[in-house]
Amino acid sequence: MSIDSKTVKRVARLARIRVEDAELDHLAGEIGGIVAWIEQLGEVKTDGVEPLAALNGLTLPWRADIVTDGDKASDVLANAPQAVEGFFAVPKVVE
Amino acid sequence: MSELTELTIAEALAALRRRSISAKELTDAHIAAVEAARSLNAFIVETPLHARAAAKEADARYAKGEARAIEGIPLGIKDLFCTKGVGTTAGSNILRNFVPPYESTVTQKLWDAGAAMLGKLNLDEFAMGSSNETSAFGNVANPWRRKGENCKLTPGGSSGGSAAAVAARLCLGATGTDTGGSIRQPASFTGIVGIKPTYGRCSRYGIVAFASSLDQAGVFARSVEDTAILLGVMAGHDPKDSTSAKIAVPDFSAALSRGVKGLRIGIPKEYRVDGMPAEIDALWKKGAAWLKDAGAELVDVSLPHTKYALPAYYVVAPAEASSNLARYDGVRFGLRQPGKDLTDLYERTRAAGFGKEVRRRIMIGTYVLSAGYYDAYYLKAQKVRALIARDFAEVYKNVDAILTPTAPSAAFALGEKSADPIAMYLNDVFTVPANLAGLPGLSVPAGLSADGLPLGLQVLGKAFDEEMVFRVGRVIEQQAAFAAKPEAWWRVA
Repeated sequence: MSIDSKTVKRVARLARIRVEDAELDHLAGEIGGIVAWIEQLGEVKTDGVEPLAALNGLTLPWRADIVTDGDKASDVLANAPQAVEGFFAVPKVVE
Repeated sequence: MSELTELTIAEALAALRRRSISAKELTDAHIAAVEAARSLNAFIVETPLHARAAAKEADARYAKGEARAIEGIPLGIKDLFCTKGVGTTAGSNILRNFVPPYESTVTQKLWDAGAAMLGKLNLDEFAMGSSNETSAFGNVANPWRRKGENCKLTPGGSSGGSAAAVAARLCLGATGTDTGGSIRQPASFTGIVGIKPTYGRCSRYGIVAFASSLDQAGVFARSVEDTAILLGVMAGHDPKDSTSAKIAVPDFSAALSRGVKGLRIGIPKEYRVDGMPAEIDALWKKGAAWLKDAGAELVDVSLPHTKYALPAYYVVAPAEASSNLARYDGVRFGLRQPGKDLTDLYERTRAAGFGKEVRRRIMIGTYVLSAGYYDAYYLKAQKVRALIARDFAEVYKNVDAILTPTAPSAAFALGEKSADPIAMYLNDVFTVPANLAGLPGLSVPAGLSADGLPLGLQVLGKAFDEEMVFRVGRVIEQQAAFAAKPEAWWRVA
């Protein structure tokens, strides 16, 4: 299916990427071209095929639900664009 | 001292152990080479202090007889591996000022074995690219040029800086990561050896994530033996990465001399793609003949879903990327652009911080995962992926390894393919299937194109059978006797 500029706008919003209106048509063409190319997957018969969930038979291991790391608040905040008194700071979200 | 930069890792270690060279001399020669090659733009950050400190310790350890596995070997690190206290950018503006407070497991293992870090190497932004042209830190130039031309060529991608640095003799080896071919294709384009091991062989802890079910760390060096030495140091289970395998790491170097006598090598007919240059097909046939001469049996095999590997990849990889890159929100780390509210801050930060290709892939990933499309695209792609993995499993019942070309072309010019994303994606047609199936793959330089550019052959193996891949690769290396090297046009006195 073709991708229109309305779809691009919706997807950009979902992805939290600001896209200027002037770019929408161009992006629709570009993304639409890639999606159309991807659609050749429709030719493959996949009835009864389980989607791949683990590679090489490896399943994820279990571990005890205990704290193994921590007490690194200053490390965690070291790269924050804005940190205040041990917290990440963001623009006001609640009026 | 330029001859010091010509050594292989195995030769350098032998010389260091004999004490005929010092780690200081070896490191200084490489630091000088790095400084004289800035026009290649292979490094994002140079770390001579780190390298010199490691060399000093290495010399002390050699003096005391306490040298570790790769004591005093100067390496470059793809700038996707977090290095404690040394900026790690992933080639992106969004991480331009990010300084990790922790070290990736793979790099920690290298330092614990005595390696010295020369710097952090340029790459496609978040490893998304096949030409290193999506980096926010500029293009990397391939040390190789076409015969009689001065036009700058791509070193391939995404690990373009790593490949260029090793090919230009700026470091003895370098780390890379390979999500769809990002080690093997640049290795082929620059005439060096590169291995992507089995998914789960190396820890992904501390590697900036792109597509977590496909990403795997690996290495570049100038001989098969050197890649075996480095991979032996880097590999192994890590409790910090739940997808790293609890499987013992064999002595890869010991496998090198076993030869290929009696082995069955698969030649997959689907890798003979339309439009592939005749010289690559001829090189592939030559590679097969070398293996046959060395006692292997060639077997025609079929991997029927090969054609669908790339489109499946371009669903799965962007989907995982859109999820992984959701963390770059301008709040906890990385770039922040002010906004009128929190959503506006997110949107402006991500628009300013991510380059064009990364934004495009995040949007494709978001689209294929969005309500109403998930089954048609993502689930479908994961089913096709299961069929691709099954194709390999069937073939491996009957053969020990598979031989293919690494890439459908030699290195191309910077700018030649950057306007057409699908043309760029097609670079990875031979490398992507191994990522989808989680299998090991090695690229070994096997010859030169008519233009005088290196071409690689790819050896694919069974899961966790890198030993076989090294074995077969070593025979191709011996038979090809690839000795060509680029002229040092980039060097400033």
